[in-house]
Amino acid sequence: MSSLLNAIGAEFAKILTTRLWWILALVLFGYIGLLAGGLAALFAGIQSGAISPDAAGTSSGGIPDFGTLPPLVYSFASSVGYVFPVLIGALATTGEFRHQTLTPTFLASPRRGQVLGAKVIALFVVGAVFGVVALAASVGIGAPVMNAFDVDPMLSDAATWWLIGRIVLAMGLWAIIGVGLGVLVPNQVASIVIVLAFTQFVEPLLRLAASFLEVTARIGNFLPGAASDALVGASVFTMASPTGGAAEALDWWQGGLVLLAYALAATVGGYAVSWKRDVT
Amino acid sequence: MPIGTTIEFSHIHKSFGATTAVNDLSFTVEPGRVTGFLGPNGAGKTTSLRMLLGLVAPTSGTATFGGIRYRDLPQPLHTVGAALEAASFHPGRSAANHLGVYTRAAGLPRTRVTAVLEQVGLGAHAEQRVGGYSLGMRQRLGLAYALLGDPGVLVLDEPINGLDPEGIKWIRGFLRAMAAEGRTVLVSSHLLSEVQQSVDDVVIIARGALVHLGPLSSLETDAAPQIVVDSPDREALGAALRQAGLTFSVGRTGLLVATPDPALVGHLAFAAGVEISSLHRQKAGLEDSFLALVGEGHTL
Repeated sequence: MSSLLNAIGAEFAKILTTRLWWILALVLFGYIGLLAGGLAALFAGIQSGAISPDAAGTSSGGIPDFGTLPPLVYSFASSVGYVFPVLIGALATTGEFRHQTLTPTFLASPRRGQVLGAKVIALFVVGAVFGVVALAASVGIGAPVMNAFDVDPMLSDAATWWLIGRIVLAMGLWAIIGVGLGVLVPNQVASIVIVLAFTQFVEPLLRLAASFLEVTARIGNFLPGAASDALVGASVFTMASPTGGAAEALDWWQGGLVLLAYALAATVGGYAVSWKRDVT
Repeated sequence: MPIGTTIEFSHIHKSFGATTAVNDLSFTVEPGRVTGFLGPNGAGKTTSLRMLLGLVAPTSGTATFGGIRYRDLPQPLHTVGAALEAASFHPGRSAANHLGVYTRAAGLPRTRVTAVLEQVGLGAHAEQRVGGYSLGMRQRLGLAYALLGDPGVLVLDEPINGLDPEGIKWIRGFLRAMAAEGRTVLVSSHLLSEVQQSVDDVVIIARGALVHLGPLSSLETDAAPQIVVDSPDREALGAALRQAGLTFSVGRTGLLVATPDPALVGHLAFAAGVEISSLHRQKAGLEDSFLALVGEGHTL
């Protein structure tokens, strides 16, 4: 047990002794802050009449329903920000291969399964901290902006705080998916390309394509991004779906389990593919 | 005082696909001595050491520390210190933080970091990022990692590579001191001359298999002396030697004749009427016997 705790401590030390974590956290904060602040201003402006729908170019569809504007704004933290925990998880893992630090790592902790387990636990916490950073941006900037347009930011609402908690959980799970991807694809460049291509391009297209038919929409619900949105319970992507969510989305806990299943499957698969191999 | 245990390779074998990297290798390394693990590049030294340390899985056979496999050691860094290559660092991490990560992983006190950095002469560069280190400094940092747990066994792969002359002198003294304290020291090199001043025993491998085992002095007696003879007309000299049934090879300073008798060579040249410009007996050096053993002797 104490050797597992030592291994977890070492994994935290690895993250905290290089600059990557705070650079990523800073970019995450800026990105989510801009997005949440900007769109909160736009939507809240339309809703409160401060911005005319004509000026916003949404006149043809009439005034959209913004009944749940605060959750939508807050969930940018995960619906857009989830790529950051995936990146740090993948970089933390592929970096060990790239810089050949698996050698000193496995010399200090010869039980490799335990090292990977420690990495999963440490990165879950780091991902959750990224969730807190992203929420500091989406709530910290989105709420005052909505307030300024006389839209209730719903911060006294218990449901909002549940949402925030689920976002933190989702971000932690995404970091484990990053670890899993990193052991499945130890080549750092390939891993980063996969993260960016999948999260920014492939999955959004798949979700859009799947949403046109009810049967494919059900399958689409099990895509990792869709599962994450189901876990969180609000996302700009589900709002934009053409069938308006004809196929019922997964429950939050189902979404969470699907996300966890992806994370564990990738990690266990990667253990066999690269982690337990010869370190030459 | 840490107590060294023996290192035991027993019929260890490793194949990568169709190629055999290490073939039925067995030897024992004793505490209190410096053992040189020698062989040309590609002979299988690094693979053998990585199997010993549990980083590479042997196809068959075992390599243990007093009968215990590396991964079964209760406190691996306290039992064995290993430095494998000079590149196992994240370039953005400082030397102190690099070592700090692994002291934490091994449950060692953080004070060891400063102690080992001082010990290898990197105390002044502890907070510097490793990316800016020279090759020699990286070698020393690798050594510092090996010393973290104050281990009874040291396994060092090519530790002299990249060191400046001062560093080489330092590490020779260091290896001797470690062995004098009763530790087991196994140090690999592809050059005998690099380590011959500091090793007591040699284990020589070539093409994955053991070719020689014994104290350093055993290399001296293994090789027969040769005669070096040269002539302005090497062809005629060679013909005369061949006629007398002597074998030879052509070296830089003349023909190396496989016989201990200079008078015989002189007589043959005289009888054939070949002028000779030099004739002397050459006692083969350690390096020559080493090269002969690993199959890289003078062939033209």
